[in-house]
Amino acid sequence: MERVAIMGASMTQFGQRDAWVEELLAQAGDECLRAADVDPDELDHLYVSNMASGEFEGQTGIMNALAHDLGAMPVYTQRIDQTSSSGGAGVYAAWQSVASGASDMTMLVGAEKMTHKSTAESTDIIASITHDVEYKVGVTLPSFAGMTARHYLEKYDAPRESLAKVARKNHRNGVDNPHAQFQKEVDLETILESPIIADPLRLYDFCPITDGSAALLLCPESVAEEYTDDYSVITGVAGATDTHVVHERDDPTTMGGVVESGKEAYEMAGVGPEDVDVAELHDMFTILEFLQMEGLGFAEPGEAWKAVEEGKTEMDGELPVNTSGGLKSKGHPLGASGVAQVYEIHKQMIGDAGPRQVEADVGLACNVGGFGNCVITTILEEA
Amino acid sequence: MSFDAHRCPNGHVTYPGHPRCPECGEAQTETIDISDETGEVVTWTKSTATPPGVREPNTMAIVEFEVDGEPVRALGQVTTDDVETGDEVEPVYVDELREPGAGIRNPESQEWDGYRFDPVQ
Repeated sequence: MERVAIMGASMTQFGQRDAWVEELLAQAGDECLRAADVDPDELDHLYVSNMASGEFEGQTGIMNALAHDLGAMPVYTQRIDQTSSSGGAGVYAAWQSVASGASDMTMLVGAEKMTHKSTAESTDIIASITHDVEYKVGVTLPSFAGMTARHYLEKYDAPRESLAKVARKNHRNGVDNPHAQFQKEVDLETILESPIIADPLRLYDFCPITDGSAALLLCPESVAEEYTDDYSVITGVAGATDTHVVHERDDPTTMGGVVESGKEAYEMAGVGPEDVDVAELHDMFTILEFLQMEGLGFAEPGEAWKAVEEGKTEMDGELPVNTSGGLKSKGHPLGASGVAQVYEIHKQMIGDAGPRQVEADVGLACNVGGFGNCVITTILEEA
Repeated sequence: MSFDAHRCPNGHVTYPGHPRCPECGEAQTETIDISDETGEVVTWTKSTATPPGVREPNTMAIVEFEVDGEPVRALGQVTTDDVETGDEVEPVYVDELREPGAGIRNPESQEWDGYRFDPVQ
């Protein structure tokens, strides 16, 4: 089987945008095609990652709208919804479409438009993924994070400040990302004194509500070579699930979907955690960065906080994590986030990450849906 | 209203129930009412950013019960903000845990009553 390449990528400004989801998709899709110098009629498949355009703006059928807006007919279209990991699931689907031989050119565009809703309304749309017995008690994804963070801190005797250091790092990294919603450093005191959202977590432990879009162009490596030298290769991609009902997990601090998808992606790529040079982790909440570091083998269980305290995940550390600024500073437009994570790793692999560039030839992106209910892990390598 | 945990022939217990046991895939054939049992708080949070129709703040806990030697956990609201990990709590029936119809779910799609957890004095 021929390797699957990423030969083009784009990302819109993340943040509060006037544009609705159809326009955001078209903007990222158009930029991706132009950057790669590919005409829309060269596309065989056009995939859209999106969680809830129906719930957020009453807009459905967005993949067909995008095909028309880009003049890409009669391209085959498909929308991929896997909650917060819709972007990663789109990467997996786009990889499958090329790896299977069904398509020689697949574009994936992820987008979400969220900021026109109030925080309470957005929180409720996202919480609608939960089981009846969870939804009726008013649980939210942030409150799952609060309960998990408390359990982690108590179980491993970790200092509360270690979570704040994740937020500080990712905000610092976001300063160098022109597409990030927030491009501003935040100090520990501000983080630790910000309003409580889900005790013990505070405002800066959470990512913002965001509009935005990102796109990737995938093809067989032999096709990519005809267009450019600047492409990366997807060497591992896998997805897995964990219990829908969060409290049914034996250990709230272990996300089975992270562990299983990581294990499978490593096996497919023929690499291990020690080979990964840079990682984009799904820091929707600061505690998730710890859980993914441990689930993916970057730290022993209960020890991710020590790696953060020791600076191992900083830009100049052993394993830079979230060089893009992560969801924390970049923002989290649900369907776009997983695509944007792979965008960042792709840029790192082709040496085009600008001031965020680190020394790396193997990169990993982990995209988490629900509260670990579904996870996609993707490994990219330098061509 | 009972507070039902569900058990499969292999003795695995879950709350809520599922068509097949998540542990072994067998059908769950038995229900056990745990409304008169006490459980222990595994972890908790006080949420100050609540969705429409939900009390604010909303203190919730994951509580572990023991059914014939088998642990089973449940998530629920707590009657007070004064709760700690390890506290012993008992279920207390409430006829409306959040306002039906205020959120995105169709109010007819599920039941809205249930149990809160009250620390045992």
